[in-house]
Amino acid sequence: MSKPTVAVYKFSSCDGCQLSILNLEDELLDLVGAVEIAYFLEARRRELPGPYDIGIVEGSVTTPHEAERIQEVRKQCRFLIALGTCATAGGIQALRNFTKVDDLALKVYAHPEYLHTLEQCTPISEHVKVDLEIWGCPVNKYQVLEVVAALLHNRKPNLPTHSVCLDCKRKGTICVEVSQGTLCLGPITRTGCGVLCPSNGRGCYGCFGPAPSAEYATLANFYVKMEHFPGETVRLMRNFAGYAPKFRETVDAILKQGGLE
Amino acid sequence: MKNIEVPALARVEGEGALYIRLKDGSIAEVELNIYEPPRFFEGFLQDRYFQEVPDITARICGICPVAYQMSSVQALESALGVQISAQTRALRRLLYCAEYIESHALHIYLLQGPDLLGHESALTLAEVAPDVVKNALRLKKVGNDLLKAIGGRSVHPVNTCVGGFYRWPDLKNIQDQIPGLEWALQASLDTVRFASGLKYPDFEMDYEFVALTRPDEYAIYDGDILSSTGNRITTNEFENSYIETHVRHSNALHSHTSANETYFVGPLARLNLNYEMLRPVARKAVEESGLQLPLKNPFKNLLARAIELVEVCDAAIELAKSYSPEGPSFAPITVKEGQGAGASEAPRGLLYHRYIVDEQGMIRFAKITPPTAQNFAQMEADLWKYAPSVINLPHEEATLACEHLVRSYDPCISCATHFLKLNIDRD
Repeated sequence: MSKPTVAVYKFSSCDGCQLSILNLEDELLDLVGAVEIAYFLEARRRELPGPYDIGIVEGSVTTPHEAERIQEVRKQCRFLIALGTCATAGGIQALRNFTKVDDLALKVYAHPEYLHTLEQCTPISEHVKVDLEIWGCPVNKYQVLEVVAALLHNRKPNLPTHSVCLDCKRKGTICVEVSQGTLCLGPITRTGCGVLCPSNGRGCYGCFGPAPSAEYATLANFYVKMEHFPGETVRLMRNFAGYAPKFRETVDAILKQGGLE
Repeated sequence: MKNIEVPALARVEGEGALYIRLKDGSIAEVELNIYEPPRFFEGFLQDRYFQEVPDITARICGICPVAYQMSSVQALESALGVQISAQTRALRRLLYCAEYIESHALHIYLLQGPDLLGHESALTLAEVAPDVVKNALRLKKVGNDLLKAIGGRSVHPVNTCVGGFYRWPDLKNIQDQIPGLEWALQASLDTVRFASGLKYPDFEMDYEFVALTRPDEYAIYDGDILSSTGNRITTNEFENSYIETHVRHSNALHSHTSANETYFVGPLARLNLNYEMLRPVARKAVEESGLQLPLKNPFKNLLARAIELVEVCDAAIELAKSYSPEGPSFAPITVKEGQGAGASEAPRGLLYHRYIVDEQGMIRFAKITPPTAQNFAQMEADLWKYAPSVINLPHEEATLACEHLVRSYDPCISCATHFLKLNIDRD
């Protein structure tokens, strides 16, 4: 039996999630023994023709060219994985969705007319059917390995969706919100990072996106009253996963209530 | 006319295309076309709170997030008049060493190395020389483990803040890295021997090299900005001497000196300008390798990276051994209006940031000049000079040669604004 083929694509992103695959230093050579890396530009020059068994897409869609290319990618891949918060929620560059792109372009580029960019920056799922999402900015490399291993063994990958807050309790990490009054998105953010920020004495900034079954509004209303600078809650949620629907709706509700920004 | 289309240029960070058009057997046009989509960081940094900046700028580049964090915190500390502790500076240098180990090991063995060894990737190299690739991955891992010990994770570490660190890393966590670093130092010395034995394409240019410099150490974290022309300026004066313009074929800005000349940033520039400041172990490695400075061959960026690997492993051992966290991990900050610039040496070259902060601590203006944007004009100039010497080779070889030249700069196109594609049009 031939090995399953894997293609890794980049859209608008920082390359950090692809790098997380190359950062599997102990497992990389075994991994390339188990699958055929058919297309992965950051790692290799050789390209095998599609279609591919597994497609992994990093990044979000921000240009007309990308909007066309993702359709092509979907046609080439039997199982399509959105890798990282750019691919699942638009990522940091989706902050443009809360402003006018023309204004941003004028701030950065002398000749915005040379640019070809879309008004909105959008996750992969807004364009094509996505079979599985791996969240994180960047992703946890062991989650990537878990997904590939599961696919190879034809089982469901184990990707928990509870909140970071629960992991802190399990780990015995001192709660930064209770002990220091630090705003922390741990109660509403998806697990996966290993409670990095609270372990480092700071609040979670939500880079793994919203935990599906959390109480967003309750937390937001509470936080708005304990901010250290005006608009802290809004800025905290409107960040790396700010365009994810749950964070977006929560921020919209805060802004509607008090125009705090 | 023979129109040649070749697949996307691989093993670089980002998306771009390279066009070389020939007319009557000579080069008519060279264009490094960056179609990495613009992400507008400088735009959406505006109206963010200053303390959010190092987390946001880290996302410019997954390969060198620490560089972005270091330049931005220094710029903001300057704007806000914050004095950091000696221990913070030492730990930031250690964090930077970790990023150099990870990034340089990646570039030497996985990105540029395969070109010199006749492989399309480290994956095929692993089939014939598994130990080389295994050691490369182990070396890279030492860097990533150290990044993790200090910053929580290797890509987008979370511990850096304006003023210092959110928390001192545990002493034991840092000390546990020392045996790995000692192994890495030996592996780096082996890497210098390996890199010295490679055959590099024969090509030299008279570059203006630009890099940070310090009188007391091999400058990475901070310093004055020195040019091989002798122009030495402070970080605050950067924008007077180095100017960015927006060219039509690119989503990245291109830089020139104020005299409208191209210039070169990165490992070759650092090594040529700061050789004297290398620690004895790295200097000895240079002497033993027999290489003559200044190096003017861009392909030998790889060799300079190998020497820098020795330098940063050696420095990291000392910094890790002397790490003794005491007192507060961050300096107190009084929010006030201000403006400040900061620069550090990202693994691929000088990285400059400037911010204006308002009285509430909100960013009013942000300017970021990444290394790859500074090198673009130089890469094009190199190709004008280099392409004629390879253009008569069989197409595949000519293409590879030009790609290799671009890869030797370790361009981080994601930084500069991913996907290089080479077209050679023959007239």
